[in-house]
Amino acid sequence: MKFALILLSLTALAQVPFERIRDAAKEPGNWLTYSGNLAGHRHSPLTEITPANVANLKVKWAYQFPTAQNQTSPIVVDGVMYVTSPNRAAALDLRTGRELWTWERPIPKDYQSIGFGQVNRGPAILDDKLYIATLDCYLVALDIKTGQQRWATKVEDYKPGYSMTLAPLAIKGKVVVGVSGGEAGIRGFIDAYDANTGTRAWRFFTIPAPGEPGNDTWAGDSWKTGAGSTWVTGAFDPELNLLYWGIGNPGPDWNGDSRKGDNLYTCSFVALDGDSGKLKWHFQFTPHDTHDWDSAHVPMLIDAPVRGKMRKLIVNPNRNAFYYALDRVTGEFIAGQAYAKQTWAKGLDDKGRPIVIPDTEPNEAGILVYPALNGATIWYSPSYSPKTNLVYVATREAGATYFKREADYKPGTFFAGGGERRIPESEQWGAIRALEPTTGKQAWEFKVVSPPWTGVMSTAGGLVVSGSNEGNIFALDARTGKPLWSFHSGGQVSSNPISFNLDGHQHIAIAANRVLYVFGL
Amino acid sequence: MKVLCVLLLALPAFPQDFATGKRIFESQCALCHGPDGSGGRGPNLRKAKLKKAPDDEALKKAIADGLPPEMPGAWQLHPREVDATAAYVRSLGKLVVEEIPGIPAAGEEIFNKTGCANCHIVNGKGNARGPELSAIGARRNAKHLRESILTPNSFLPEDFLLVELTDAAGKSVKGVKANEDLFTIQLALPNGRYASFDKATLKSLKRLTGQSTMPAFTNIPAADLDNLVAYLASLKGAE
Ligand code: HEC
Ligand code: HEC
Repeated sequence: MKFALILLSLTALAQVPFERIRDAAKEPGNWLTYSGNLAGHRHSPLTEITPANVANLKVKWAYQFPTAQNQTSPIVVDGVMYVTSPNRAAALDLRTGRELWTWERPIPKDYQSIGFGQVNRGPAILDDKLYIATLDCYLVALDIKTGQQRWATKVEDYKPGYSMTLAPLAIKGKVVVGVSGGEAGIRGFIDAYDANTGTRAWRFFTIPAPGEPGNDTWAGDSWKTGAGSTWVTGAFDPELNLLYWGIGNPGPDWNGDSRKGDNLYTCSFVALDGDSGKLKWHFQFTPHDTHDWDSAHVPMLIDAPVRGKMRKLIVNPNRNAFYYALDRVTGEFIAGQAYAKQTWAKGLDDKGRPIVIPDTEPNEAGILVYPALNGATIWYSPSYSPKTNLVYVATREAGATYFKREADYKPGTFFAGGGERRIPESEQWGAIRALEPTTGKQAWEFKVVSPPWTGVMSTAGGLVVSGSNEGNIFALDARTGKPLWSFHSGGQVSSNPISFNLDGHQHIAIAANRVLYVFGL
Repeated sequence: MKVLCVLLLALPAFPQDFATGKRIFESQCALCHGPDGSGGRGPNLRKAKLKKAPDDEALKKAIADGLPPEMPGAWQLHPREVDATAAYVRSLGKLVVEEIPGIPAAGEEIFNKTGCANCHIVNGKGNARGPELSAIGARRNAKHLRESILTPNSFLPEDFLLVELTDAAGKSVKGVKANEDLFTIQLALPNGRYASFDKATLKSLKRLTGQSTMPAFTNIPAADLDNLVAYLASLKGAE
């Protein structure tokens, strides 16, 4: 009997096979991938918490991280919550928040974050392993039962400026990651690793080499230091076997003199074959960007009727202040419009290319342009609710005076070529906006005091949950934007909310500075 | 040989670096330190000795990393540009020192007589309705100090926003904003207490941007004003 049991457990299916992640909608009580589903929706199908009862939400437990400004989006599966902070992971008992195990990897003394904060945005899970991307640019696989290391693969050398802050994305048999370093003159890429062994399956360079299509969009040797980081988790369509990923700014950020041309594939979405990493299509939001408007966003995959015909869409409120709906099979532009204040483009042409207003590039004396370099939105997640058929985005309303400066490439140093001076704080603000998914037309907005740094989650119960710089964690009515509940967390909220079931009851979790809060009725 | 070295060091190493430093200063520092470095919102930099930047190392660090919370860092500058800006700031220090007419000791008397201490703490004495002035002379130049007294509305530090609101009961309340989040606002009231309000319950909420609680002291005789400014300029804080 015993013998049989052991045999069984050895041959038993892995705990979280890819099928569970693909079919995440079938088990709404868990949160199995960064965005809740592979389509990038950050939407919980749970319905217990509603506009009618959300006012009764209370803190059930809290977890304190050893470091500040946590951005982690936890994974929840089978009674365990997995959280990360820079070079650290922990498994928590879902009922109490007690640690089951922790894992840490020292950050090398000579490591430096060039142009971004030292954060980690969450883990990925697949089969029996938890995956974490580290600041010193390793992808590490941990045993989900014990936190013991299964393998650690060097993705790139951190010394010239490569780093990782994102949550990896687990697709069938592979774990996909991207890199930070857009202010350090890196050459960006998206990598896929064999989930079992850690061996690299493929690499897609975001900047084409000489001889490859698109290299002619870079003057001279500028492609070598052209940046194009990939620092936010993408989305995956298992049916099309296409991986969708956002690409960062070109380098040097604010001085485009040395890199004349469109600078492909910076500030773009790319669609890659999941098996080979080969480019299927690309769409560039901001050709020849000089304002640091990375397209490092979570793409949202939705199916919706356009002019009477069902279309497979990919939609995105972009850092450049325009909203886009594209065909996700072909990359064809379908619709778009500004969803926040912008002063750099007259609009989009019928291919979706911006009609740029002359003299809006940074210059020596400085020029005021909206949005500011952190954009109308940034890394944090938008959300799509199939219930309301609305896209939700935390929007930043701020402009800045942009300066152009000289830039010399030296590995491991800033390669930025300028900067910004933001308008006074009292003139900056923000809003949670609800947009119609096929057009970007605004349905409602809820104003916030300062430009947010936190994502949104929608729920099938009819709520939109988010947080503020001022420390509020709050829930809005998903149909109207009316505030229904708030809690003052005592710390700046700069993370992404999730939702799950504990003992059959819906809960919501979100990190605020050093603390992760779990709320329930 | 040695003599030659010293001579060389006294001159800017490369003339174009001096030009770069000047250009950066004028586009990125002048808004606070004035186009000629004589100060404004930021302190006068035309001084041989800078308190927060006693040596070149500290000066370059101050430029690149800033001096929180008020002075932003210019991290986007290339190290060579930081060097050039630092060299330019040092060159300003070699120019004439600001001449302030007036006698500080006489100004102190006027400060106490005019009721400035009702709102400002200097070296531990006074009330804290306005900003502490114990080191104001190290942070602001004489021109700014004079303007602060004559036209307090001309410059308002971000943390002194005057707010006027009508509460749920219809009572009008005026105070300085202490803090605010999405749903609530906290005010420091003229009576020295704090009050907190749910914004959704308010009948009105007005931000009086550009209005100071400090009265304009326009009728101080010219000589007294000189003395008062000289007194404030002499307040450099504890060493
Ligand atoms: C937004 C306004 C602002 C800008 C822009 C600014 N500064 Fe400052 N600076 C200040 C303030 C305010 C202080 C005083 C800070 C303190 O004492 O804590 C200061 C202090 C300094 C000091 C130290 C002075 C002393 O007496 O020790 C130096 C040096 C300096 N700034 C140089 C620069 C340079 C060079 C630039 C441009 C690259 C610059 N600042 C840009 C506001 C500014
Ligand atoms: C009723 C309260 C009040 C009185 C009386 C008052 N002040 Fe002020 N003062 C303030 C406040 C509040 C500020 C903050 C900025 C503002 O609102 O102008 C301020 C700002 C200042 C500043 C600028 C500080 C900075 O950081 O740049 C100076 C200098 C100053 N006061 C000097 C004086 C002097 C000198 C007197 C007496 C002649 C005086 N004040 C009387 C309330 C007062």
